[in-house]
Amino acid sequence: MGFTLEVKKPNLIVHFYGELDHHITEKARLSIDQKYLENDIKNIILDLSQLTLMDSSGIGLIMGRYKNVISKNGKIALISSNVYIDRLIKMSGLLKIINVYSNVDQAITNLER
Amino acid sequence: MDKNYMKLEFLSRSNNESFARVVVAAFASQLDPTLEELSDIKTAVSEAVTNAIIHGYEYGEGTVILEATIEDNVIEIVVIDKGKGIGDIKQAMEPFYTSKPDLERSGMGFTVMETFMDDLQVESEKDVGTKVIMRKKINRSIDKE
Repeated sequence: MGFTLEVKKPNLIVHFYGELDHHITEKARLSIDQKYLENDIKNIILDLSQLTLMDSSGIGLIMGRYKNVISKNGKIALISSNVYIDRLIKMSGLLKIINVYSNVDQAITNLER
Repeated sequence: MDKNYMKLEFLSRSNNESFARVVVAAFASQLDPTLEELSDIKTAVSEAVTNAIIHGYEYGEGTVILEATIEDNVIEIVVIDKGKGIGDIKQAMEPFYTSKPDLERSGMGFTVMETFMDDLQVESEKDVGTKVIMRKKINRSIDKE
């Protein structure tokens, strides 16, 4: 499928695997948005650490989820450890509004603050 | 002079995006690229093919043509669609411009192609189609000579 969803209230964690392109983002967007409607979910953690490739469709997916969490007073956190994916994230300017962490636990701790 | 060429045609379906990346990566591997160079090429191809599917054919059915030529240590990749064409190429290539913000497109496609490849050319005609030509020099093959 390319991704799995995990709920750790108030966080929705999305683990992506392999390559995140337009094909996968179309599916992921629907699943994430549907899950996000559930009670007591505020933040979304996008775990990109197991991705081998991401193109600008992934950036579009992150930007779209950012808009959604803002309306629920939530936050987005990214997990990334891949230099190629980090480069794209830097190019996109997302770092001005979204923090990147090296693992999920670190993200959860920071989101609690 | 060492030259090689390949051509592939496939339907404008989004699950062919990964197919196109794998084909180009396999073809490029004869230049012995670094992981970074390979990642750059795959990402750029992904952007061009996605554009053909979303913008060229607007999710309709069409044929995407993918060509790659290796000449010495340069790979040239051409992605062609016979879709609706780009009205204003200059505007389309502006960073973060997108004609489809409702589809959550980031508008970064051409910027990514430009950044990850050495050279990018876009030719387009309304209702005729779009041709994207990208080139990248693979440096490692120089070291081996």
